[in-house]
Amino acid sequence: MSFDVEVEKHLGDADIAVSFRSVSGLTALFGPSGSGKTSILNMIAGLLTPDSGRIVVGGELLFGDGVDLPPEARHAGYVFQDARLFPHLKVRANLLYGARRGVGALGLDEVVDLLGLGALLGRWPRTLSGGEAQRVAIGRALLSSPRFLLLDEPLASLDQARADEIMSMIERVRDELKLPILYVSHNRAEVDRLAASVVAIHR
Amino acid sequence: MTLNPDDWEVIRLSLKVAIVGVLATLPIAFALAYALARGRFPGRILLDAIVHLPLVLPPVVTGWLLLILFGRTGPIGGWLDRVLGVTLVFRWTGAALAAAVMALPLMVRAMRLSIEAVDRRLEGAARSLGASRWRTFATITLPLSLPGVWAGLVLGFARSIGEFGATISFVSNIPGQTRTLPIAIYTAMQLPDGDSTLVRLACVSVALSLAALIASEWLVRRQGGRAHVL
Repeated sequence: MSFDVEVEKHLGDADIAVSFRSVSGLTALFGPSGSGKTSILNMIAGLLTPDSGRIVVGGELLFGDGVDLPPEARHAGYVFQDARLFPHLKVRANLLYGARRGVGALGLDEVVDLLGLGALLGRWPRTLSGGEAQRVAIGRALLSSPRFLLLDEPLASLDQARADEIMSMIERVRDELKLPILYVSHNRAEVDRLAASVVAIHR
Repeated sequence: MTLNPDDWEVIRLSLKVAIVGVLATLPIAFALAYALARGRFPGRILLDAIVHLPLVLPPVVTGWLLLILFGRTGPIGGWLDRVLGVTLVFRWTGAALAAAVMALPLMVRAMRLSIEAVDRRLEGAARSLGASRWRTFATITLPLSLPGVWAGLVLGFARSIGEFGATISFVSNIPGQTRTLPIAIYTAMQLPDGDSTLVRLACVSVALSLAALIASEWLVRRQGGRAHVL
């Protein structure tokens, strides 16, 4: 069992209620924008507290039954839709920000090769294009030795060629690292190509 | 124009009072700015008002309140005298305290704006990458609010160098102890032969203030030019 999630949250004038279980590999959260997909990722990452429910990932209880692990104890590799790189750190320092957590499955050199980041290491985040920033954000998440990945529309700001590359990379991570991945998207083609299970979210 | 030893004593004393006052206030000002920017606690508006009080109160009243509180028989001054053997009244340390109190609201304002401008989603990203609350503060929140810290230091320093009313009513006008630049200028104005002293010290004031402003611009530029003091 990779994801076993059942949460409810009242947020503004929207009610988010979702319940799903997935066995392994990549699970897609598929639905229109504004349907609360990002809020669900935030709840799993520990950045937003559900009103009630239970979150178990990879057999570990993250929330529920009196447990509420802080974000830093959940070991999520969260790739935000807006990359969210630290503006006062160069690319290399951004990549290594979470890397001191332990010996990861991937080293810096490997991630740099995988994502083609070699030429970017000395640059400031504000000088990167959207696609470059997104690749750095993915690398930063992978280097933090995550136990699972949360990807929030990671291909949204990439051109088709780069999106294909990143998709192959995500497939490799899925198959070689055996990391459970929760993938948010509103793009049918992406979801069909990547996902073993699909959770449809309605407004 | 050459400065005589008395002038140098005034300048040294003013710099000492302003630098010690501002540096000692820095951690307090940052903690207050952080609490006001991020905290949601009862009495926040009252705390905000108290921090800003020296900005709107006549400085003479602030000085008188300091005298009541920190005088040798005052509730805080008496304790300092008995327990630590520290006296503030008529000493340069008292002048530094007066400068610090007057500088506090400006320092808190500058730092608070900077802390409020920090994107809290970046803190969430740091937490999800394994950083504790404390490491997130030290590596994300604090560095991103540094422009406000620099601005607060420069504003506080400039305010301290110019401090007059609270200082003279709290610690009086004692050469070598509490006669800072503005008080020395005021004294020179009272003397029939004080004109040349007046001109020299006024020129020093202009030079110090210009230097502080240029230093702050330089710091801002070095940081990538976002939060200008002016």
